[in-house]
Amino acid sequence: MSALLALEAVEARYGPVQALRGVSLEVDEGSVVAVLGANGAGKTTTLRAVSGTVRRTGEITFAGKPLRGGPEAVARAGIAHVPEGRGTFTELTVVENLKLGAYTRRERSLKADIDRVAEWFPWIPARGGQPAGTLSGGEQQMLAVARALMARPRLLMLDEPSLGLAPMIVREIFRIVRELNEKEGLTVLVVEQDARIALRTASTAYVLEVGRVAVSGPSGELRENESVRRSYLGY
Amino acid sequence: MADFMQQVVAGLASGSIYASLALALVLIHRATGVINFAQGEMATFSTYIAWTLTTNHGWNYWPAFAATLVVSFVGGAAIHQGIIRPNEKGSVLRVVIVTIGLLLALNGLVTLIWSGEVRAVPSPFPTRTIEIAGVAISIQDIGTIGVVLATVVVLWLLFQYTRIGLAMRAAAVNPAEARLVGVRVAWMLSLGWGLAAVLGAISGMLAAPSLFLDPNLMAALLIYAFAAAVLGGIDSPLGAVVGGLTLGVGLNLIGTYVDFVGADLRLPVALLVILVVLLVKPSGIFGKTEVKRV
Repeated sequence: MSALLALEAVEARYGPVQALRGVSLEVDEGSVVAVLGANGAGKTTTLRAVSGTVRRTGEITFAGKPLRGGPEAVARAGIAHVPEGRGTFTELTVVENLKLGAYTRRERSLKADIDRVAEWFPWIPARGGQPAGTLSGGEQQMLAVARALMARPRLLMLDEPSLGLAPMIVREIFRIVRELNEKEGLTVLVVEQDARIALRTASTAYVLEVGRVAVSGPSGELRENESVRRSYLGY
Repeated sequence: MADFMQQVVAGLASGSIYASLALALVLIHRATGVINFAQGEMATFSTYIAWTLTTNHGWNYWPAFAATLVVSFVGGAAIHQGIIRPNEKGSVLRVVIVTIGLLLALNGLVTLIWSGEVRAVPSPFPTRTIEIAGVAISIQDIGTIGVVLATVVVLWLLFQYTRIGLAMRAAAVNPAEARLVGVRVAWMLSLGWGLAAVLGAISGMLAAPSLFLDPNLMAALLIYAFAAAVLGGIDSPLGAVVGGLTLGVGLNLIGTYVDFVGADLRLPVALLVILVVLLVKPSGIFGKTEVKRV
């Protein structure tokens, strides 16, 4: 089976700091893949390399074609990137945020799409006219996911969806991600510091250390891996 | 009382001219954080195009008006793509300095093409007055107010109800995020510059019949527009309109009823407005005070 997304020896740097030192990973169609690692390991940069928000070298192929260009082009190719820290337009309303999610799509049935997304996030219709900035942190994170779904992406990339949220909300978000994957076959690449919940959700995981893949494999195996357990699961 | 109302309407007319130019400044500042010092000269350039079309080429006023708007839009977008965008990677200050250079260049270009001679520009509206409730109001004033209000409504509809308008707002409030959803931010900024040039052109063409046209037509108007934008809140389109109208009426009433101000001291009063607002409430009437959230 050929992967939907494949990174081959990807390197990236911020000025003098090399953030990625040759990362290779694969995301199969229909799977949930987690990228784990400590702060500064290069998790966020990996996603940014894919979405074209950071300069990189190395090969990235998506759906069999080399992925090129900036974020505008990557979004059009069918990748929705929910960045770290609530990727919403706080000054725009909830509905406007959702509309922007569908911005790249040619066939547009906004009403039907918003209804579809609202099935996953039932609180959305009632709050449609509210500025996104007035939502709670958890709601903003969910709105960011909902907006990404509006694009009907082939690949959803989530950057630290748990950041700064209460455990209950985090579980809720990962439950939705799991169901989206199971029921709609959505492919997900998720970067997460909370290794416990990420390993429960993902089928495959990669652990990054200082810009390199240190360990990778099926989530079940990684959970048993001595060093992963000690470093990231804490038992 | 009738005299007072007359002054109010005249104030609204000049205020709507300030408002239009202020709105142009606000559009660009919201999107890029830059004050476009060349906005006035761009408007002067546009006004000369309209003047040439009507005076030298025999066009009727309104077709010339429309053609000028189209040329201004294209010109504004081209200035962004060709001159501003290559400098956007640097600091805001760098872009501001580029706009000051553009101010000088356009001013020189206008003088070069059309000479510094003062030209009379016909008004599209009759100079008669009509009487409403005992108040004699000039039709030109009503026409000026009408054109600007119509423009504001069209712009509002564009930003509120169209896909491209939403994308422009998204690009202005959060460019990084906008790119992630696929908005071509640089093109949206060019559209913004185009629209700002259109607004400037409207204010220039409406101002020229009463102020006469010369290469420095917009110099004072730009100060009034700054005052209007600062008063309303430099990032608030509604503020620019309200600020413009308030300033127009205020200056007109002060000029009429406060003896020592008269017509000559209006400009210093506008500068005083800028100073006081920046000291007392820098965000203006409608501006949001910047709150940083963690």
